Amino acid sequence: MTERVVITGMGIVCPLGHDVETLWQAILAGKSGVAKTTIFDASTFPTVFDAEVKDYDFTKYTKNPQLHEHGSRGSEFVIGAAVQACRQAWIDVETAEPTDRIDRNRLGIYLGAGEGSVDNDAFFAAILEGWDADKNEMDWGRWAKVAFGRMDAMRELEQEPNMRAAHIARLTGARGPTRSCLTACAASTQAIGEAMMMIRRGDADVIIAGGVHSMIHPLGLMGFNRLTALSTRNDSPQTASRPFSATRDGFILGEGAAILIIESLSSAKKRGVEILAEVIGYGSSSDAFRVTDMHEQGRGAIQAITAALADAGISYKNVDYINAHGTSTMENDSIETKAIKAVFKAEAKNTPVSSVKSMFGHLIGAAGAAELITCVLAIRDNIVPPTMNLIDRDPELDLDYVPNEPRKMPVNVAMNESFGFGGQNNVVIIKRFS
Amino acid sequence: MSSARVVITGLGAITPLGLTVTDMWAGLCAGDCGIGTITAFDPVGFSCKLAGQVPDYKIQKYVPRAHRKAIKLMSRDIELAVIAANEALVHSGLVTKGIDPENVNINPERVAINLGAGFISCDLVELAPAVAASATDGKFDTRKWGKDGLELVTPLWLLKYLPNMLACHIGIIHDIQGPSNSITCAEASAHLAIAEAAQIIARGDTDIALAGGAEAKVNPMIMIRQCLLKRVTSENNDEPASACRPFDADAKGSVFGEAAGIVILENLENAQRRGAKIYAEVVGLGQSNNINPAYEHLEPDGYGLQIAIEKAMADAQIEPEDLGLVIPHGTGIAADDLAEAKAIQAALGDAAAKTAVWPTKSMLSNTGAASGAIDLVAAVCAMADGRIPAAKNCDRKADGCNLNIVKQPQETDIRYALCCSYTYGGQTAAVVLKGPD
Repeated sequence: MTERVVITGMGIVCPLGHDVETLWQAILAGKSGVAKTTIFDASTFPTVFDAEVKDYDFTKYTKNPQLHEHGSRGSEFVIGAAVQACRQAWIDVETAEPTDRIDRNRLGIYLGAGEGSVDNDAFFAAILEGWDADKNEMDWGRWAKVAFGRMDAMRELEQEPNMRAAHIARLTGARGPTRSCLTACAASTQAIGEAMMMIRRGDADVIIAGGVHSMIHPLGLMGFNRLTALSTRNDSPQTASRPFSATRDGFILGEGAAILIIESLSSAKKRGVEILAEVIGYGSSSDAFRVTDMHEQGRGAIQAITAALADAGISYKNVDYINAHGTSTMENDSIETKAIKAVFKAEAKNTPVSSVKSMFGHLIGAAGAAELITCVLAIRDNIVPPTMNLIDRDPELDLDYVPNEPRKMPVNVAMNESFGFGGQNNVVIIKRFS
Repeated sequence: MSSARVVITGLGAITPLGLTVTDMWAGLCAGDCGIGTITAFDPVGFSCKLAGQVPDYKIQKYVPRAHRKAIKLMSRDIELAVIAANEALVHSGLVTKGIDPENVNINPERVAINLGAGFISCDLVELAPAVAASATDGKFDTRKWGKDGLELVTPLWLLKYLPNMLACHIGIIHDIQGPSNSITCAEASAHLAIAEAAQIIARGDTDIALAGGAEAKVNPMIMIRQCLLKRVTSENNDEPASACRPFDADAKGSVFGEAAGIVILENLENAQRRGAKIYAEVVGLGQSNNINPAYEHLEPDGYGLQIAIEKAMADAQIEPEDLGLVIPHGTGIAADDLAEAKAIQAALGDAAAKTAVWPTKSMLSNTGAASGAIDLVAAVCAMADGRIPAAKNCDRKADGCNLNIVKQPQETDIRYALCCSYTYGGQTAAVVLKGPD
C-alpha cells in the first residue's frame, strides 16, 4: 500500500510578510510587495523596482546565530521559513534529543534552492583590477591578488546552491534523503513533487521541502533585464505585476523562502500533528523546444498537468482552483491559458485561475512553494486569492482569473503550476484532507 | 507497490583522460594521469596551478546542424554534458531526433533527463569590458552598470549559466519530453541525479532516462573558491601526476577539473524488449546528510556518509561481503579522506579490510558535479572487464585508513560495486550496481 502524503507545516519569508498569516492577510487585502529597489542603487537599470524581503532578522529563529553567520541572503530566509514550518509540524529544532517522534534518518530535505548572492565588492573589484583594456585581456595575477585579498572563503562557499540545505540540516539534525535542485522557476514545485515521491516510496517519513532564492543583485537584475523578461513599468511599480492583463510587460523580480513539511499520513497520525492538506498528484515534463521560449502550444505544460491529474487519479473536473504560474509576461500568460484550455476543455472557463505573483512578484526558485502555501490556505479558508491589477483584460485570455478580489467559494482540490526558463514544467495537486 | 527494475544500457564520458568512455577506461587501466598545469587561464598567483582538463574538442561535431545556433548559448559545462549525452545515446542504440530524425526509436514523452550540475561561474573575460565600463574613480558603480555596463553584455547572457540549461540543451537536441531535473548538490550531484532518475523509472513515470552530471571547474572563480577554502594542494605544483593523493599519508589537498558523465538508465523490460545490451543494474540507493559545524568538511567520523552507504546496501539487499569494488569519493583532502575511510569501515565492518577500494581522482581529478557519474561509468567498465586497475598515488596509507586500496591491477569478477560521494555542506549519496546476469 503506497503511503498517503500530507502537509503538516508551513513557513514563509517573502515580500508580503515573514510568516504565513501575515502573507495571507496581505493577499486577501490585495496588497503589493513591490517597490523601488533598495538593496543596491538600481536607479539607472531598465527596471528600477522589485519585490524585496524587508526588515527581516533571521537571528530570532535560532539560538545559535553564530552557526549561520556567514549565511547568504537566501540562507537567512530559509532558516526563518524552515523554523516556522517545523514549529507548526512539531518538529524539534536545535536539540540533541528531539522528542517529536521522528527518526532523524527518516527526516529528509528537498529544496529548490538558488545560488547565494555574489560578494559584489570583491567580485567586481578583482575584475576591475585584473582587466587590461588596452590588451583586451585579463591579467590573472592582478586579478588573483585582489581576489585572494578580498574574497572570504565562507561567503564564497555560501554561493553554492546546496548550502541552503546545510543550514536546515544543522537546525533539525535531518539525516534522511537530502537533495537540492535548481530548475529555474519550476524548482520548488519539483522539489515538493519529488519529496512526495520519496515518501510514497518509503524512503522517508518527513521531508522539509520547498524553495529559496534571491537574484536581486547587480548581476541578476542585469541578466533578467537583458533577457527583457522584467516589467519596465517604472512609473507604477505596484501595478506592474499584472498577469493576464493586455498591458502586461514582464515579471517582477522577487525573493524569499517557502517551506512545507511533507509527511506520510501514518507518521502524521502517529505524532498527532494537525494535517493541513493532502498532496495527491505530481507531474513533470520538459518542452524540448527552445531555451528562450515556451512551446507555442504549451505542449510541455499540457503534459505536466495531464500527468499530475493522472497521478492524483482525478479528472480535471475535480479541480476547484488553479494557482497559475502567471508571471505577467506576454508569453507565459498566453501559453499557460492555452494549456489550461487544452486540458480542462469546457470546464476551463468555470475553473478559477489566479496568480499571486500579481502581489509578491516572482520568487524564482522559491515561487512554486510560496504559491503552494497559498493553495493550502485557499483550501483551509475556502477562499480563492485574487489576481490583482487585472484592469485591462487581454481579449485573447478568457478564463476566470479571479480579478482583483478574493473569492469565497468551496475549494477542496487545488492545482499549482510552475514552468521554468528552458522548459521544465512541474505541477502539484493538493486536496483537503479527509 | 510493484517497482520496475532499472538497468544501465549506455555510457558516455568526457574526462581529462579523453573524449570517450573508451579513452577514460584505457587511461585508468594504464595508470595515466589527466592532471596538468592549468592552460584555460594563466594561474599565476593561484596557490594551486593544477587541474584536470579535458583534451581539445570541437563542439560543432556533437551538435546537429539544426541546433548549431544554440552553441553560442552553451557554457563549457553545457558543452561537456552535450558531448557525453551524445556518446551515451549512441552507445545504447537509442535513436533520438538529434541522432537520426528519420529513424527515431524512442517515445520522447517516455524519456527523462536528470543531471547533476555545478554552480556555473560566468566567463570573467566576457564580462570584464562591461565591468570596466562601470567604474567611477576605480570603483564598481551600479549606476553605470545598470546603463553602460548592461548594454555591453550579450542579451542572453544569463541563460548560459543556469544549471538547468545542461538538461535543457540536451533535451532540445534529442527531443526529450519527459521529466527533467537538475540536481545542484555540488560533488554529490551526479549520484543523487542518477538515484532520482532510477526512482522515476522504478515508479513507472518514464521508461528511459539520461542521468549523470557535468561540471567545468577550470575557471578562475571556481578555482579561487577551492583555494580560499584550502581544499586544493598547493605543494605539488611541479609534480602534477603525483599531486592528488587520496587516502595517502602525504595527501596535501585535492585537484579540481572538468568532465561529464552520462548513463542511459532503462526499465529492464524495455531494455529486454528492444534487445539492448545490459551493462549493469542499479540496485541500491542511499542518501543522508553529514552535519558538521565546519561546513567545508565532512564530519570527522563520516557518520552521514556511513548512513548513505548502509541505506544503499539495505536497498540492494546485500551484505558488505557481496561488494567486489568500492569507488569512494576520495578527494585527496586528508581530513575528508580520513572521515570517508571511517564511514566505509563502519558501514562495511569486517569486510572493509578485504573489499577492493579504488579511488579515481588521482587520475581524473575532482570534477565536482560530474565526479559521481564518471566514477559510476568506471565501475561499470570494471564490472564488464572483470578488472580493477591500480590506484594511483596511494603509496603509504594515511593513519586511520584501514581500507584495502587496490595496489596492483586485479582480474576479478565483480558482482556488486558501490560508489559514494559527499559534499561540503552536507549531502551524501551512495549507489550500488549489480553486474549483468
